[in-house]
Amino acid sequence: MQKALRELGEMDSLAAGSSPIHSLCPTAKLLTTVVYIAVVLSFGKYQLSGLIVMLLWPVLLFQISGIPVHVCFYKLRIVLPLVLAVGIFNPFFDRAPILYLGTVPVSGGVVSMLTLMLKGVLCLMASFLLIATTSIDSLCAALRKLHVPGLLVTLLLLTYRYVGVMTEELAIMTDAYHLRAPGQKGIHVSAWGSFLGQLLLRSMDRAQELYSSMLLRGYHDHFHYAPMKPFGLSDGAYLAGCSALFLALRLVPAARLLGSLFVR
Amino acid sequence: MIEFQHVSFAYEPGRPVIRDLSFTIGDGEAVGLIGANGAGKSTVMKLLLGLLQGEGRILVDGREVGRDSLAEVRRKLGFVLQNSDHQMFMPTVYEDMMFAPLNYGLSREEAEKRVDGVLARLGLTELKHRHNHRISGGEKRMAAIATVLAMEPEAVLMDEPTSALDPYNRRVVINTIRDLPQTKLITSHDLDMILDTCRRVILMSSGQVVADGPAEDILRDKVLLEANRMELPFCLAGRAGL
Repeated sequence: MQKALRELGEMDSLAAGSSPIHSLCPTAKLLTTVVYIAVVLSFGKYQLSGLIVMLLWPVLLFQISGIPVHVCFYKLRIVLPLVLAVGIFNPFFDRAPILYLGTVPVSGGVVSMLTLMLKGVLCLMASFLLIATTSIDSLCAALRKLHVPGLLVTLLLLTYRYVGVMTEELAIMTDAYHLRAPGQKGIHVSAWGSFLGQLLLRSMDRAQELYSSMLLRGYHDHFHYAPMKPFGLSDGAYLAGCSALFLALRLVPAARLLGSLFVR
Repeated sequence: MIEFQHVSFAYEPGRPVIRDLSFTIGDGEAVGLIGANGAGKSTVMKLLLGLLQGEGRILVDGREVGRDSLAEVRRKLGFVLQNSDHQMFMPTVYEDMMFAPLNYGLSREEAEKRVDGVLARLGLTELKHRHNHRISGGEKRMAAIATVLAMEPEAVLMDEPTSALDPYNRRVVINTIRDLPQTKLITSHDLDMILDTCRRVILMSSGQVVADGPAEDILRDKVLLEANRMELPFCLAGRAGL
């Protein structure tokens, strides 16, 4: 749990970096990520080769922002198996071969499963890069600028804050449990009910205290987000350039063209 | 500045926590609110801040605390919570300190100037851009006080400001409290700190005022303190040879 708390804090530290990507306007980064995810999702279920080329953008971003790729996969280790599980049954339903690797036939189900997995991974990487290069406050400010309802943005911000609160409470309770249940792995199933109930009550109490603290310092359903870097020429160029690149990668079969250079 | 007039409150019907409580705190006074656990000290704070509504009248600068006056009253009262983790919810000390001034309509430049002033006054300038989860308990307590001072409140309310602090940080917090020019209402079990920072003490028991007077007199009264499940402050017990 302490590790989880530290990891939450590390995301804030990553977002406080100073690379060229960090210094871009959050609105530009947000819109670029949305365009990227939309393009990735638009690929057909058998267009695996086209999708592989879409890796180019996150790889470039990892390099420029100075964020190690392994950090991304480490932090997403809990979500990744879920994403990878999507489409796991496709090979059983779609058995017709659609390509051959040498003499080995590969069924449509396998290709569509890999496509779905890759789509999930690419979307997660893009989202991670956005969060790791933009503070949550800046992200919320960008959302407000794009006229996303204030209530939704405040909910997002407070959810982010309260995840930390709940994790802290969970850490305290888990430590207290293990100190009185030595040698036991995890929480015994008989304690799950009361454990979760207590966690909820304690988190609510703490959330209430935090909310009171906000009210006592003049909060009235409106957050004053940190001033965003204005949307400048470089941000426009980044958004336009990246969007053009995504569309080009979507419309031009780059992988096939590249392959045809080597295979006749 | 602060006036309680026959205030009563119960969390559950039939089990009052505050009973017909009345007292007045003048401008610039430093008052220690003491009492055993469950005496109703924290409830008094919450009632004063309008977080709870009871019977009777509570006045702040002549204005009755109520739904219509909450914003005005809360602007005048800065509250430092017992647990700084519950108080600070923004990623950095700077952002936390900017929160109240911005909510009260200051421009970003004005708010930043005020934040810098408070940090310099408390000697916390180096904490400005530190992440809240990466500073020590003592630094966090000082930062929590700074977030409240950035509001420029007319009165500062503190709930156990020295709890869970080591001797050095406790002394830093005490010196800071002593230097605050505002009206102060401090609840604590740290009676040495109360003696150091407050000239007047209100002793509560079962939701009522048991004694109200000069801190030196009440905190020297061993019989009174022990009758209300408290002990002489360590410094006075020492002097009395106990």
